[in-house]
Amino acid sequence: MIEAIAGVLILLGAAFTFIAALGLVRLPDIFTRMHASTKAGVLGSSLILIAGGILFADGAVWARVIAAIFFLLLTAPIAAHMIGRASLDDKHRPKLQKPSD
Amino acid sequence: MSGAEFLSLAIDLSFAIIMASIALGFYRIAKGPTFGDRVVALDMMTMSIMAFCGLFAVFADDPSFLDPAIVLALIGFLTTLALARFAERREHRDDNEGDAE
Repeated sequence: MIEAIAGVLILLGAAFTFIAALGLVRLPDIFTRMHASTKAGVLGSSLILIAGGILFADGAVWARVIAAIFFLLLTAPIAAHMIGRASLDDKHRPKLQKPSD
Repeated sequence: MSGAEFLSLAIDLSFAIIMASIALGFYRIAKGPTFGDRVVALDMMTMSIMAFCGLFAVFADDPSFLDPAIVLALIGFLTTLALARFAERREHRDDNEGDAE
């Protein structure tokens, strides 16, 4: 039962990682690409690390898993904000809606 | 299908999916029109490799492979921060960011 839950978590994490990569390739400009990569990247690696914690079922492993996830959740918004601010200028604006012409 | 069989199948499938994600990230790094696109792709690849480390810890049944995931989270954050600062400073120097690479 534990192994089935961990397997589902691992598959979900891999799927989210693939969605992030797909968004990185398919979306039109850097701001939408950033949205795909940071959000789904954090979710994908967090789910796989949680699956590892469930499988090993050890206090030291859980501590490492929680530290890694906490660090990811803390730093991903900061990094995304800095990249977004650095790439925002007169020529590169977010495309908020489709051009009507 | 027992739990252990499902887990090993999920691990094998997830290895392939994460490899494909890293390949797509490489595509965006090679093609990406602006500097920010490349940094975002690098960030996504760092998170994918973190997921790969967690997956390999489960695959090898050895929790010491979780430590590189924490180190990668640290290094990825610092890399993104430094590159964002670099892009912000370079933007003030020259205007044609698109073909600066």
